[in-house]
Amino acid sequence: MLRAELTHALRDVRLDVALAVADGETVALAGASGAGKTTVLRAIAGLVRPDAGCVTCGDAVWLDRGGGVDLAPEARRCGVLFQDYALFGHLRTWQNVAYGLRDVRRSQRRAAAIALLARFGAEGLADARPGALSGGERQRVALARALATRPRVLLLDEPLSALDPATRAAAARELAAVLADGGVPAIVVTHDYVEAATLGDRVAVLDGGRIVQDAPPAQLAAAPASAFVADFTGASVLAGTARAGAGGLTEVALAGGGMLLSTDRATGPVHAIVRPWEVGLEAAGGEPPGAAASARTRLDARVTAVTPLGNRVRVGLAVPEPLTADVTLAAADGLALAPGARVAVVLKATATRLVGPAD
Amino acid sequence: MRRLAFPALLWSALALTLVFLALPLVAIFVDVPPGELLSSLDDPAATDALRLSLETSALALALIVLVGTPAAWVLATRRFPGRAVLVTLVELPLVVPPAVAGIGLLAALGPQGIAGGLLQDAGITLVLQTSGVVVALAFVASPFYVRQAIAAFESVDPRLLEASRTLGAGEARTLLRIAIPVARPALAAGAALAWGRALGEFGATLMFAGSFRGITQTAPLAIYERFASDFPAALALSAVLVALSGAVLLTARLAGRTGTDAAR
Repeated sequence: MLRAELTHALRDVRLDVALAVADGETVALAGASGAGKTTVLRAIAGLVRPDAGCVTCGDAVWLDRGGGVDLAPEARRCGVLFQDYALFGHLRTWQNVAYGLRDVRRSQRRAAAIALLARFGAEGLADARPGALSGGERQRVALARALATRPRVLLLDEPLSALDPATRAAAARELAAVLADGGVPAIVVTHDYVEAATLGDRVAVLDGGRIVQDAPPAQLAAAPASAFVADFTGASVLAGTARAGAGGLTEVALAGGGMLLSTDRATGPVHAIVRPWEVGLEAAGGEPPGAAASARTRLDARVTAVTPLGNRVRVGLAVPEPLTADVTLAAADGLALAPGARVAVVLKATATRLVGPAD
Repeated sequence: MRRLAFPALLWSALALTLVFLALPLVAIFVDVPPGELLSSLDDPAATDALRLSLETSALALALIVLVGTPAAWVLATRRFPGRAVLVTLVELPLVVPPAVAGIGLLAALGPQGIAGGLLQDAGITLVLQTSGVVVALAFVASPFYVRQAIAAFESVDPRLLEASRTLGAGEARTLLRIAIPVARPALAAGAALAWGRALGEFGATLMFAGSFRGITQTAPLAIYERFASDFPAALALSAVLVALSGAVLLTARLAGRTGTDAAR
């Protein structure tokens, strides 16, 4: 079990974070760039000394600013995967891995390093120099190197960001497998929701220096705690003012004009959260408001972008605030979607979440 | 036409620089017939001076590298109040005239110097001794290496050093296994400059150690001695020294070069 409580003044925000990660669990630490994700990782690894706080791993105290404990990085045994992998360019691949194999007898280090590389299918690269490797190969070597010390905690900083999209999916699967059978607490820093959801048992979202939500990925998407979290999960966020409406529903007057309905209760300034796959599109004009439409919202919208994604189409809309909808290919054809076209957006009151505005 | 004017200016500046720097060196070789160059090496005084120059400068360089490398590492990796003052202090011998360096060394380490008593108690005499030559050379040449080493260590990617630490290596191992190998080309360049400066040292050596044949008379001092009495011999010895310095510079360059090539 890894526990970290840290406060640290960054350039823009004051970091104030508490995290607990169980053995074998992976927490994705997510947030915008500059939010302090990497600083949290570096403080746990001992590479930056936070203004205050403590870090414990099992029974071992790594950092206790109050108690005057601050273990050097080499005494903490963290397996760190750096964002650009930080491989030693002057050493061969196997020597990079063997660098962490200090408790292995010198004569057996090469064999042990190659065995570790083989776990990632990289034993053929043993004698190569890091400069000659592709991004995906570097990641595998860096992982093998990070595991060489038999780390008690795994810390991964944007592990997939240096890879091209084609390699990324395969690398993510490999990584998930490594994390699953690592048996140690792991923290993955990422700014990408899909990456966070793929790799993390839990996703902790960092915003304004604090963890605003720490929950399994599904829960994050279903019940985002703030507009920032919703935006991070790919949902659209519309600002407005809520008041109690007819039939126990909440009416939200949108800042950009128009009105929508939600089954969530709220009054005053709110953010309405709508997930792309729960946005329906219909021909503009069309059905007049009636009893059947009372639990739905209809908004006039202009199409701003149409992006086919496999068997669905992602539609950028302006209501006039930006809104994203995912529809089937057939629906896109039927509505003749193209930038500039007018359509009607249909939102179910039961699928529209309301959260307080970010402070 | 106007598009060519500026590049032409640039190239002329380069040509002028090369001619100005190379001409005196070329003249030395042009003035010395190859036969005389070889026969000058038969003069035992000349070979003594060359041998002494090589020995003392190599010894001074070893001292500079051994002490200067960890010192540069501290200045490159630590931030503390007064650091800028220390860096300036390290660089000061660069701008101090050699004669002033010699006076300073006498005032510090001479028999009447502030640390002279300490040395005397320890049974160490530097003045007018070969060891004094080494001290004078180390004093004058060390900034060339230390300055370069600070810059070299500062330009090592800090992530590499951090990665080393997280892999269980302490600072000593990180310095030896990562920082020095990565910085090797720049360190070698700095060592070459320091060695070259030590080989050519004249003023400080003369004032602090004197000019005794076989003991403190290095090649530049021997050249100066011949300059008044036997100009061709001075010229011949100069030619040998130029060739030697060039060889040193080239060797260090190549030592650094193989390091980078291997890393790529």
